[in-house]
Amino acid sequence: MREVAVIGIGVTQFGELWDHSFRQVGIQAGLEAVYDANLSGSEIDAMYIGNMSSGRFIDQHHIGALIADYSGMASHNVPSTRIEAAGASGSLAFRQGVMAVASGMHDVVVVGGAEKMTDVSDDQSNFILNSAADQQWESMMGATFASLHAMIARRYMHEGYATREQIASVAVKNHLHGAMNPKAQFQRAIKLDAVLRSPIVADPLTMFDCSPISDGAAAVVLCPLEKAYEYTDNPVKVLGTGQASDTLALYQRDDICSFNATKVATRMALEIADVTINDIDLVEVHDDYTISELLALEDMGFFPRGKAGEAVESGETEITGSIPVNTSGGLKARGNPIGATGVAQIVEIVAQLRGDADKRQVKDASVGMAQSIGGTGSTAVISILGAI
Amino acid sequence: MTVARFWRDIPSRYNLYGTRCDSCDKVYFPVRHICPGCRRSSIGRMQRHRLSGKGRVHSFSVVHDAPPHMSSLKPYAVAIVEMDEGVKVTGQLVDVDIGEIDIGMGVEAVLRKIGEEGQDGIIHYGFKFAPRLD
Ligand SMILES: [Zn+2]
Repeated sequence: MREVAVIGIGVTQFGELWDHSFRQVGIQAGLEAVYDANLSGSEIDAMYIGNMSSGRFIDQHHIGALIADYSGMASHNVPSTRIEAAGASGSLAFRQGVMAVASGMHDVVVVGGAEKMTDVSDDQSNFILNSAADQQWESMMGATFASLHAMIARRYMHEGYATREQIASVAVKNHLHGAMNPKAQFQRAIKLDAVLRSPIVADPLTMFDCSPISDGAAAVVLCPLEKAYEYTDNPVKVLGTGQASDTLALYQRDDICSFNATKVATRMALEIADVTINDIDLVEVHDDYTISELLALEDMGFFPRGKAGEAVESGETEITGSIPVNTSGGLKARGNPIGATGVAQIVEIVAQLRGDADKRQVKDASVGMAQSIGGTGSTAVISILGAI
Repeated sequence: MTVARFWRDIPSRYNLYGTRCDSCDKVYFPVRHICPGCRRSSIGRMQRHRLSGKGRVHSFSVVHDAPPHMSSLKPYAVAIVEMDEGVKVTGQLVDVDIGEIDIGMGVEAVLRKIGEEGQDGIIHYGFKFAPRLD
């Protein structure tokens, strides 16, 4: 298999982009990535687009062709494929792109991710998000997506793995990072009290424990490592990826305080990358809810079971800490346009490894990792990237 | 949810029918046609198995932000219940003061209205969980 490099990145502002359509945000991120890679456009061999639910958010399916068309690729007849795995749609599109280049099937591949969520009401949007869970045996029984995470959080506290305050401190830390990211949906720091006292969504989780409803897009350009310097002088190498599935419904798991798919995908990616968890300098994780970040950090092996909350609370996961987590602000503060999220994680890691992350820059960052989840741990995707 | 889609699940929704693998004795809910543990050797050996309906609260949440079709109920409690057979099930908790719910609480399945279909008002029934008296 060929080694693969990321040669271009692009990301839009995340947030409630009332004046932007799905097409506009999708194209904007893609063009930014293509310009960043110094491509004219005609070099592009294939496109993979992560998107969860455009059919229900904007009544539009066939996103692959739509994005190819409006980015000017239809005249070149570039193959374009839409990838869906709920919250992991973007990271899975990235993995498909990496596989396409690694296999030798394609040379230059654009991976995009986009979601336009604010064209429907917040109620409708949450209803659509519930379909990432088991529609028949969770959603229909009254469980919302937030309440499934709330049940994880309650059991996690019951087991003594973290306090309520430690769980909430994830939001405080991610807002601190988001305040340094000009593309983030929320760019202001918040206090612990604000998290605990914001309106209850699904007890014990409040509004500030939940990632927001967002519009936005992100894109990266991939090519074989051996050709990367033809386009750019700062390529970043894809060291390894992993992917794993688990039961669709949370209740089907023996242990709801851990996502086994994260563990399996992490092992797979570390093995391919030939690094250990101690070699990782920074990580973007899927904090769709605050509790999810603690599970991620323990399942990936950064902290033993029941120790992640303490670590977040003590500042170990801040930009200046021993393992910076979600320097972008994460899903919580950067925003969570579902299909774009996994690709935006890669954009952040690449920016950090190139040394382009400005105020958020992690010192001497050479190996970065991203973890992305679909549903309640039903799909996990891990990507590891390295500076050259 | 359409009537047909609901109707197909009625044995599980009304009477908590799941399956038991004849090969390893593990019980599943809802119905599965292949045992994830035994896979090939479970084919043709999955037996219909009715759950006792009794179990304990494994975890729960009180839902304040609910989708439109559930909003008349809020705040309402939802739980993952560990059934006596070892399998877990998700359902609402009813006939209980929300402040009284706790992990480990004994509950049993009761048949209730779980939803309504559009303008025609077709009512769907299914199980919820209420505190167990014994
Ligand atoms: Zn079996």
